[in-house]
Amino acid sequence: MPVEDPLASVRPEPGVAKPDAIMVMDAVTRSFGGLQAVDVDHLEIQRGAVTGLIGPNGAGKTTLFNLLTGFDRPDSGSWTFEGRSLERLAPHRVARRGVVRTFQLTKALAKLTVLDNMRLGATGQSGESFLGALFTAWGRQEKANTEKARELLARFRLDAKADDLAGSLSGGQRKLLEMARALMTDPIVMMLDEPMAGVNPALTQSLLGHVKSLRDDGMTVVFVEHDMDVIRDISDWVVVMAQGRVIAEGPPEALSSNKAVVDAYLGAHHDRALEFDSEGNPVGETAELVAEMENVELAETSGPPSPSVPAARDREERS
Amino acid sequence: MTSAGMTPAELAATPERHRELAEDALLRADGLVAGYVPGVDILTGCNLFLRQGEIVGIIGPNGAGKSTLLKAMFGLIPVRSGTVRLRDADITSAKAHVLVTKGVGYVPQNNNVFPSLTIEENLEMGVYLRPRTFGRRFEAVAELFPLLGQRRKTKTESLSGGERQMVAMGRALMMEPSVLLLDEPSAGLSPMLQDEVFVRCKKINAAGVSVIMVEQNARRCLQVCDRGYVLDQGRNAYTDTGNSLMTDPKVVELYLGTLAGSGETPR
Repeated sequence: MPVEDPLASVRPEPGVAKPDAIMVMDAVTRSFGGLQAVDVDHLEIQRGAVTGLIGPNGAGKTTLFNLLTGFDRPDSGSWTFEGRSLERLAPHRVARRGVVRTFQLTKALAKLTVLDNMRLGATGQSGESFLGALFTAWGRQEKANTEKARELLARFRLDAKADDLAGSLSGGQRKLLEMARALMTDPIVMMLDEPMAGVNPALTQSLLGHVKSLRDDGMTVVFVEHDMDVIRDISDWVVVMAQGRVIAEGPPEALSSNKAVVDAYLGAHHDRALEFDSEGNPVGETAELVAEMENVELAETSGPPSPSVPAARDREERS
Repeated sequence: MTSAGMTPAELAATPERHRELAEDALLRADGLVAGYVPGVDILTGCNLFLRQGEIVGIIGPNGAGKSTLLKAMFGLIPVRSGTVRLRDADITSAKAHVLVTKGVGYVPQNNNVFPSLTIEENLEMGVYLRPRTFGRRFEAVAELFPLLGQRRKTKTESLSGGERQMVAMGRALMMEPSVLLLDEPSAGLSPMLQDEVFVRCKKINAAGVSVIMVEQNARRCLQVCDRGYVLDQGRNAYTDTGNSLMTDPKVVELYLGTLAGSGETPR
């Protein structure tokens, strides 16, 4: 843990400059047909910090991840990593520079064992070049990779599964495998797309511990997450997106009092229990939530049918 | 079997207690053993019952067999041992399409809508086996979820995650089920949409459908459920009312995590 929080003096507003930015984005846009998926004016990611990226479904979080890691091309805009442009680089080149990501829907190779999945993640394998393939002490390289893989699997409590097929893992276990595999590349920046989704709370805590230890090792972590408890626990800084734009930024404590965040993402009842009477009817504030939901549904539907109105509410609010 | 030192929630999870309590159940599973790969059992003797009108939640760690239990009950994977009964009928390993006609509905976790079809067409698929009832059932479902009726001609690919979940539930309701099985309905949704999904589950239940839901959002799940089951390693670990489980220290420590609730206003 840094003794002094470098982000303490940063103002909580969208696009604010950070004291030591490792990634900087400018005017990045991407649209799919008529839908503006990403429209980020300016965003900086602090080095060595854990940055949480949150926002409603369809806010453009995953699309932004795809752009930054070379899995998708923007319509316009530029961004840099450690001062060098990362634009138009293929995903594997981005990974070689040290920016590695995981996927929301895990991409484990189901018919390989867990250990083989891990070994595939290792970079700098000399077999990648022709001469290297001919003249390599295979055994030594393989042994080092295997050792590293087993170490990481143990860290994520998957060591007992090392020889099972990845396809036999549960959804949560696949998440762990994916994160462990990403670490095989010794990344500088880890980008995690919903790492905790489908992972049970008890395990989440140990995962959180790992993420914190990555930060303590000096790694920069950017992650998309819906669980606000997780966000509050490990983020040093949170970026909130809605409809492709960054609508808020700030330390996690500041979020639940930010009106834009509550309206677009958290909902007014995020910090309250849902309560029902013995007949199953909502009571108290839960009843208000239900009434509000029904009002919105009817308001949305009374107008002309529009192709995509998931968040028509905050669109009105911003304009 | 010794009962010394067991908490009420642990006791309730024993097979003996299950058999006593499950007498008048609408749907019950007894000693289910099931898995995907030959020789590997994910469920190693699971018990569960659902009374008429109840909403019951299943929570537990990854790989505990929550979704597997639901699939085994719905005939999606072979049951190796144990029985599933609907009222007095043995429906163990009955095929899904047969169960649907007997009044059991199922909403899978992923890929649960046909994206290129409209809302109306999606719901029509749900009533494929009884096309004549479409009009009447569509009205009933639209009454529960007005949005589905109002936007019936909208293709589901343009809907948000929460709206798609609504379509998937609506489709399962088209066959007028007496029991609905929901596999992680809130997965991958923003906190606001998750709240809405839980409220909708409760609404479906209040409309007379008995519900079993598997959930990863354990805290919210227990808030809406009459009773909850905690599974661990393919077995029942704890069973109690939603409220009691939420305050059971062992359950909190092992399955809810001490993080859960930290951001919630105590009341």
